[in-house]
Amino acid sequence: MSHSGVKGKLIAVIGDEDTCTGFLLGGVGELNKKREPNFLVVDKNTSRHDIEETFRGFLKRDDIAIILINQTIAEEIRFVIDTHNEPLPAVLEIPSKDAPYDASKDSILRRAKGMFSSEDMR
Amino acid sequence: MSSDRINVFPSRMALTIMKARLKGAQKGHSLLKKKADALTLRFRMILKKIIETKVRMGEVMREAAFSLAEAKFTSGDFGHIVLQNVNKAQLKVRSKKENVAGVQLPVFEHYLDGSDSYELTGLSRGGQQIDRLKKNYATAIKLLVELASLQTSFVTLDEVIKITNRRVNAIEHVIIPRIERTLAYITTELDEREREEFYRLKKIQEKKKKMKVAAEEKLRERKARGEISREDAANLLEEGRDEDLLFTD
Repeated sequence: MSHSGVKGKLIAVIGDEDTCTGFLLGGVGELNKKREPNFLVVDKNTSRHDIEETFRGFLKRDDIAIILINQTIAEEIRFVIDTHNEPLPAVLEIPSKDAPYDASKDSILRRAKGMFSSEDMR
Repeated sequence: MSSDRINVFPSRMALTIMKARLKGAQKGHSLLKKKADALTLRFRMILKKIIETKVRMGEVMREAAFSLAEAKFTSGDFGHIVLQNVNKAQLKVRSKKENVAGVQLPVFEHYLDGSDSYELTGLSRGGQQIDRLKKNYATAIKLLVELASLQTSFVTLDEVIKITNRRVNAIEHVIIPRIERTLAYITTELDEREREEFYRLKKIQEKKKKMKVAAEEKLRERKARGEISREDAANLLEEGRDEDLLFTD
């Protein structure tokens, strides 16, 4: 086990209020020493620039292993997500309450496409 | 064709070295091919699992969202309380490494650490719903952590497979042909030299024959003129046996 495995890593969340509330109740929320949260609540007033900045900040932090992001929000900063090619942290797109999950938009599944026949993609 | 080959002096030693290198390249090629096959096998397995898990994630998330609505209905909007009361993460992940054909794949594992900071949320009303909500989201997180490790493995493997395939192709289409061309070059060059040598020897033989004929002709002429009396003039090179010289004092 590497040294990073000794210290537990965090799960970051970028999502709408309900998604964040749910995951925080699940126990993933944390404020670090600088009182920075590991989640971002996105409402209709949050600018795309803020989302992008927060996302990039999460990518840079080495105590975050997984970033959960609502697919509707991921759509807004798709270009940033697509340029993130490293395995760590893993960026997961999750469905939000009012938008069903669309597999064809997922960055990873789009890469996986073409390796599988169409019937496997359903 | 001749431009793209390894720069060696065409000798027998270079030929043996090249043959050894060809053998090494072929061995490396087959080994890398095997590695690529093993990785692809694993890759496809992971891909299948990812697709399965993504489908399951949709269901779990829907259920979680529904229980959130339920909890909100009974206990009012508690979102602000939850969002403000963040302190220390209770649920964390640690990563382990798994070895597949020499590739380190990170595998996430979640664990609980510390106490629940929302123990008292919903104490006044709707506690049961919030409890269920917590459980649902815990399941969702478990699934998502699983999915994250699959996805990380996917990305890592994708990269490694690309590199391996690139190497396999490079050996197959660049390195091996180049060695083969070098081998062919050395062989032709050696053959050429051998032919030259053969031709040279033939030439020398011819010349010697001519000289011999000329010498005999001259001898016969001189004999006819009577310059040489004896047929068997002393010849150093003749096979006949000489009288042994004994030096005695």
